[in-house]
Amino acid sequence: MATGDLCTVERRGRVHLITLTGAGEHRLNPALLSAIRSAVAASAGAGALVLAAEGKYFSNGFDQAWARTVPLHLQAAMGDAFCGLVADLLALPMPTVAAVTGHAVAAGCVLALAHDTVVMRGSRGFLYMSEVDAGIRIIDFFADVFREVVPDAVNRRDLLLRGDRMAAAEAVRRGLVDATVDGGVEDVVNAAVAEAEKLAARGWNGEVVAEIRKAAWPNLWSKVKDYGADAPVVTRPRL
Amino acid sequence: MCTLEQRGRVFVLTLTGDGEHRLGHPLIASLRSAVASVAAAAASAGPGTALVTVAEGRFFSNGLDIGWAGTSRPRLQELVDALRPLAADLLALPMPTVAAVTGHASAGGFLLALCHDYRVMRADRGVLYMSEIDIGLPLPPYFVAMFRAKITAANALRDVLLRGRKLRAAEAKEMGIVDAVCPGPAETAAEAIKLAEQLAARKWDGGVYASIRMSIFPEACKSVGIVEESDEEKRKHFASRL
Repeated sequence: MATGDLCTVERRGRVHLITLTGAGEHRLNPALLSAIRSAVAASAGAGALVLAAEGKYFSNGFDQAWARTVPLHLQAAMGDAFCGLVADLLALPMPTVAAVTGHAVAAGCVLALAHDTVVMRGSRGFLYMSEVDAGIRIIDFFADVFREVVPDAVNRRDLLLRGDRMAAAEAVRRGLVDATVDGGVEDVVNAAVAEAEKLAARGWNGEVVAEIRKAAWPNLWSKVKDYGADAPVVTRPRL
Repeated sequence: MCTLEQRGRVFVLTLTGDGEHRLGHPLIASLRSAVASVAAAAASAGPGTALVTVAEGRFFSNGLDIGWAGTSRPRLQELVDALRPLAADLLALPMPTVAAVTGHASAGGFLLALCHDYRVMRADRGVLYMSEIDIGLPLPPYFVAMFRAKITAANALRDVLLRGRKLRAAEAKEMGIVDAVCPGPAETAAEAIKLAEQLAARKWDGGVYASIRMSIFPEACKSVGIVEESDEEKRKHFASRL
């Protein structure tokens, strides 16, 4: 099942593979976020999930060009939808793997780090929190993700306060990603799928996976849980 | 007690003289005044400035002036209370900050170094040392918050606070407490200024920089009395930047 032409979904063995399609920047606007969330929801029954992308970018962050054209409340909806995607990933009853096939910038970097395991292309692409260079304040939610997912103070400082562009080798050395993969996009995807297959083979109870993950990142979970797909549909709190 | 000069885009704050640079009321007040001048000058200088704090002599700072406090608990508490807003001033400073640890940094002196974004330290002499455990003094809450925020490597916090480990520069670098190690004091100061120049050259918006720093270390900032900016305020800034 494809969700428009924004991302594709396929099963490889027990692995539910979502690929952001096309050579573009995979900017996270409401349309793409909605497509990814549908693709995530379609993972039911799989043993593990992989999120990957085609082209030079994993994701270049929020769609600011789009945001410039819409009123404030719709911009906020984009942030809320991103929050919802992270909530869906945190609550997913299976292990998750990000295949960082290209640049992961700002919200794109946060999205990658919100997976249980991160593999990254060795030869190209970097993690980059561009906000300090762009003169944009880091919203609480991103800061929360970093505090839980990047516990090392020096790593947080170098990524957020110095805007370091970290290629795979350095990211692995610093413990930010789990492995580098040589070769092209397909090689990274294959490695991510292989890793996901290994995790699926552990035969873990999916509900337990989700509960343990939410317990391991409790502050983050508490911030996002009201935005997830399973949250009761009441007035959502402002992010 | 301290001097302030501007070298291009870098402000250099020097703790002067050969003494221990004990943080008593006079030095704390001088430092606060100097840091306030830096913040004011930054506002008119525009984006792309940085601060280096350096010391003359064998000490960066040997901590609070416990000699002045003597056996008086209230006096000691006064000094603890006086240092806290200086820590806040540094954590809120709208520019990158580098401590050139050119000598021993103990207790409050170690805290002062930690209040900076980066630390460059001399290798040949001098230690970072939290003496409180050895002299039998409890740690003020904001001290603990700062150390917990900035020292996250495995066992590092325990070694520093609970074992009173004295860290030479190389060990401190391995523990992620110091960023660069230099042979002696002159090289340390030079390297710190060079780092500050590189950071200033990024031309970061000072307000945004300070805001990001505060979002990385919210507990430490709260503990020294900085009021957190709300997401509403941040969103308004975001929209205005689009």
